[in-house]
Amino acid sequence: MTSPLVVAAGEVGGDFFRERSSDTLPCQAQETHLFCWDWAKENLDRYGTPTQQHLEIVLISVLVGFAIAFALALLAHRTRWLQPPLLTATGVLYTIPSIAFFFLLLPVTGFGRDTAIIVLSAYTLQIIYRNTMLGLNNVPDSAKDAARGMGFTERQILWKVELPLAIPEIIAGLRVATASTIAIATLVVLISAGGLGTEMYGSNFNFPTAIIIAAVIIGLMVLAFDLLFLTAQRLMTPWRKARPT
Amino acid sequence: MPLASFSGAFEFIFSAQESNVTGGKKVGGFDKSLELLIGHIEVTILALAIAMIIALPLGLYLGHIGKGELFAVGIGNAGRAIPELAVIALVATLIGIGMRNVAPALAVLGIAPILVNTYVGVRQVDPAAVDAARGMGMSEMKIIRKVELPLAIPTVMGGVRGAAIVIVATATIAPLAGVETLGDFILNRNIYGENGLLAGAILVALLALTIEGLLALLQNRLTSDGLKLKTV
Amino acid sequence: MRSDKTRVRVLLAALAALALTLGIAACGGGDDTTSDTSEEGGSGAAIQSNPDNGKVSLTIGSKNFPEQEILGEIYAQALTAAGYKVKSALNLGSETVALKAVKTGQISGYPEYASTALTSFFGLEPEEVPADANEAWEKANEEFEREGLQAFEPTPFASANAVGTTTETAEKYDLKTISDLEGVSEKLSLYGSPECRQRIDCLAGLEKLYGLKFKSFTPVDIGLRYTVLEKGQADLSILFTTDPQLSAEKDKFVILEDDKEVFPAGNVIFVTTKKVAEEAGPDYEKTILQVQEGLDLNVVQELDARVELEKETPKQAAAAYLESAGYVGS
Repeated sequence: MTSPLVVAAGEVGGDFFRERSSDTLPCQAQETHLFCWDWAKENLDRYGTPTQQHLEIVLISVLVGFAIAFALALLAHRTRWLQPPLLTATGVLYTIPSIAFFFLLLPVTGFGRDTAIIVLSAYTLQIIYRNTMLGLNNVPDSAKDAARGMGFTERQILWKVELPLAIPEIIAGLRVATASTIAIATLVVLISAGGLGTEMYGSNFNFPTAIIIAAVIIGLMVLAFDLLFLTAQRLMTPWRKARPT
Repeated sequence: MPLASFSGAFEFIFSAQESNVTGGKKVGGFDKSLELLIGHIEVTILALAIAMIIALPLGLYLGHIGKGELFAVGIGNAGRAIPELAVIALVATLIGIGMRNVAPALAVLGIAPILVNTYVGVRQVDPAAVDAARGMGMSEMKIIRKVELPLAIPTVMGGVRGAAIVIVATATIAPLAGVETLGDFILNRNIYGENGLLAGAILVALLALTIEGLLALLQNRLTSDGLKLKTV
Repeated sequence: MRSDKTRVRVLLAALAALALTLGIAACGGGDDTTSDTSEEGGSGAAIQSNPDNGKVSLTIGSKNFPEQEILGEIYAQALTAAGYKVKSALNLGSETVALKAVKTGQISGYPEYASTALTSFFGLEPEEVPADANEAWEKANEEFEREGLQAFEPTPFASANAVGTTTETAEKYDLKTISDLEGVSEKLSLYGSPECRQRIDCLAGLEKLYGLKFKSFTPVDIGLRYTVLEKGQADLSILFTTDPQLSAEKDKFVILEDDKEVFPAGNVIFVTTKKVAEEAGPDYEKTILQVQEGLDLNVVQELDARVELEKETPKQAAAAYLESAGYVGS
């Protein structure tokens, strides 16, 4: 072990080597620091790609989850006896810990984003399905009777009366599902699917600054989606004043 | 191909297998699986207990006095958005590793669902029932214990089950912070190979489903019969 | 008075001369290790982009710790400079996963320590791993070739596991070598990566070949190997000989000499398949060998320091290296 000042190979310039000693190490090199502002300011740009990957995974997963859960809810709405088994099935999917789920799929779908999306969308099923059912079941019979009286077909009643009235519950379900998907998506780093988890794992596992920044981005993402859903709800249900819940 | 992988995983759980990095020492097997399973259950129970000790009284109290809705619901929403990986990493780096530090960290994740559900459960209790109890001369403590808590049980237990799910799941990455759980099989493919990885995933999934099933049974036991008729 | 000053000057001059000699000796040593691999490619010459390579897509992998990611980045950026279309998959977990990814074609290749390849893939005992870098490479390559794989020549630097502790603990128990642990190890706790427990070049080897028993072994993430020492949770921790902390914080941490050679040092060999090597053409191997020429222990420690201590990204560190060595223009 020679001192870092001695250039050995003759190829790398001497200015490549920085001098270090335990009292001059920067904040981020010391094991006991909570947050290093200077590092944060200089390195914010490295969060761009992980944030984008994270967003993509979350968006696709929630969309796929919503499509499936919504279809299941409509099916169960027509075929009542399907309701309990569907609730149990989606509940079981929700109970299996995500990490276990990732690796159970490994022999089938391998590493990467596809597996991540399958697991994360399976996770959203229960919440979205349950809330959609709740919304549909909560529609007062009087509203349906009125529509029938006006000569609506069952199909029209579903799309023009029941579903619009169920929007608050459906969106409440989407909000919860999206928030937990954003949080759980940090774990997809374990199956090499990228996302903000990459900034918390590996060489950053012992670096609180990097982890806190990633966690803050996740928090902001949850807030942004919450606002988006609330606005959407307000626009889609003009007959009712959206109450923050 | 997938089926073969799963049968290999089951073999791994019950009998130790060769590994090519251990100099002939076998890995996995029933004893090791049991040891890790017990470790996983230990840290889960400890964390769930801590979360309940903190969140139940707080939720009951806030629900009873009818204040702190913003606080309880805010904690609930924030709680859902906490990334598990960040909790484990920050605790390991800033506070320390091992059961003593990891169990409270996991408890933090369980507090939110229990607190919100307890609060909401108590708030949903018919005010007439509380008034009647007060009219009968019950103390406030007694009202909480004899009226509000029993009536709120289904919702409260929903919160406990939610907390159990997230704690069992996060305990899987506890080996990163020096607590040996079933996650050990999953995080160390290197040693245990593909069979061990899959064995770990199977055991974690079965454990989570079993705990959920037991809590569902408990919920059924705790819910008074009159209430069951009403909710079904 | 006056004579005192003179004496000090003489002493200083002598020290300077000594330092100079040591420096030259170190330089000589460095040259020695690199000259083995410098037959191919002009040393330090800029990488030429070859338009023919534009048709070839490569995916460069690495295992999931900083030194590996840096190496993966260096190879990926160099191959990009040579005109290839390059993607990277730098978080593959352990060697078993990485090797499988090469075999199944998910990645084109990844850097592996020759010692790890021999012990993990081909079942050699640590004492059977050749000390000479080229011999170890040839042995590994022979085995790889049987499976349709190929390993390129080794890097100048080598890395190995090591038992580390704080300078205080080392002084307290008078520890210099691992053998010094005899009689005291029962009082000391050892921390290491979870896989360490069963690895023959880790805890299993310490127990079997040194006959040591520890008070406890606690598995933790590799990233915490210095944190647990610093916080006083661990008496001993498994470190890497290339760790930058060992030179930057040498007043705090020391490693114990592996006097029975249980932890074989490994130079890095790039593992790929014959098929990929053929399809990618001659620039593939040439570029990889060319850019790894400058990777001696000092350079690798500096690279590790930038990522592990100063928390630069492996990408930034790799780019700085390639530029400073003149492989790519600034």
